[in-house]
Amino acid sequence: MSNELIKAIDKKSLKERTSDFAPGDTVRVHVKIKEGDKERIQAFQGVVIQRRGGGIGETFTVRRVTSGIGVERIFPLHSPNVGKIDIVRRGKVRRAKLFYLRGLTGRSARIKEHEGN
Amino acid sequence: MRQLLGTKIGMTRLFTETGDEIPVTVIAAGPCPIVKVKTEKTDGYNAVVLGYGAKRKKLYTKPLLGFFQKTGTEPLRYLREMRLTAPEELNVGDVWTVDVFKRGEKVKVTGTSKGKGFQGAMRRHGFRGAQKTHGQSDRMRAPGSIGSSSYPSRVFLGQRMAGHMGDERVSMRNIRIIDIDVEKNLIMLKGAVPGPRNGLVIIKN
Repeated sequence: MSNELIKAIDKKSLKERTSDFAPGDTVRVHVKIKEGDKERIQAFQGVVIQRRGGGIGETFTVRRVTSGIGVERIFPLHSPNVGKIDIVRRGKVRRAKLFYLRGLTGRSARIKEHEGN
Repeated sequence: MRQLLGTKIGMTRLFTETGDEIPVTVIAAGPCPIVKVKTEKTDGYNAVVLGYGAKRKKLYTKPLLGFFQKTGTEPLRYLREMRLTAPEELNVGDVWTVDVFKRGEKVKVTGTSKGKGFQGAMRRHGFRGAQKTHGQSDRMRAPGSIGSSSYPSRVFLGQRMAGHMGDERVSMRNIRIIDIDVEKNLIMLKGAVPGPRNGLVIIKN
């Protein structure tokens, strides 16, 4: 559906390497934050529970539980505000969207580590 | 005042350096040669006729080809007139391209909206419909009363009812130009623009 002209426009802001993390992985996302005219980098660590969309519009959701409260952040994958994405741990999961984690706490919310291949 | 004809390519998004994400509609606009200049003296009003695009040669009528032969321009698919408030020094054969507009400028965009077919009052006019409960049956999407009874014994003209929706001329004002690509004749407009992809769009400042 996407037109060649549009692809050419998108290409300018597409990041090159993006496909190396998947749902279930624990990642640390380095986010650029603007405060007034100062810019700093904040990290957000949690489990990737979904990747959705394609091309320039692709986003991913990271979930973490802090002091009993679940926090989910949706990042546009190609936004210049989203910097480095470190993979802390590879998770072994059997589905692409891990929304079932929202209803789970404690031990049952754990994800087995991927043995690697 | 300038106007360009173009076709809608589609939508995408742009990121600014500050990380803002802007939804944009990409329009392939121009180049639009001036095909005719109308003046007060000859036509009773001031206007220019702009052309844009091409189609297969076979599809032009002979009279139209004759007209293009007279103007000395290539045959063009679309011809649209723009009124001028004051007479200007413009010549047939001048070409307007995307550089008649500036980045950040606000423009008026006109297109033909997507046809939606025959639609009910809820979709077409945003009526609320009726409740599901309280003994109602098949009234949920009904428009309600369409007027009083014996007086006036008729339905007022313009009463909003179900009917054909879309496929009409729609203009949107104050649409910001986010970016212009002079090389590829592209204009990026903020947000949505009326009409389907490949539909004719008129941009005016």
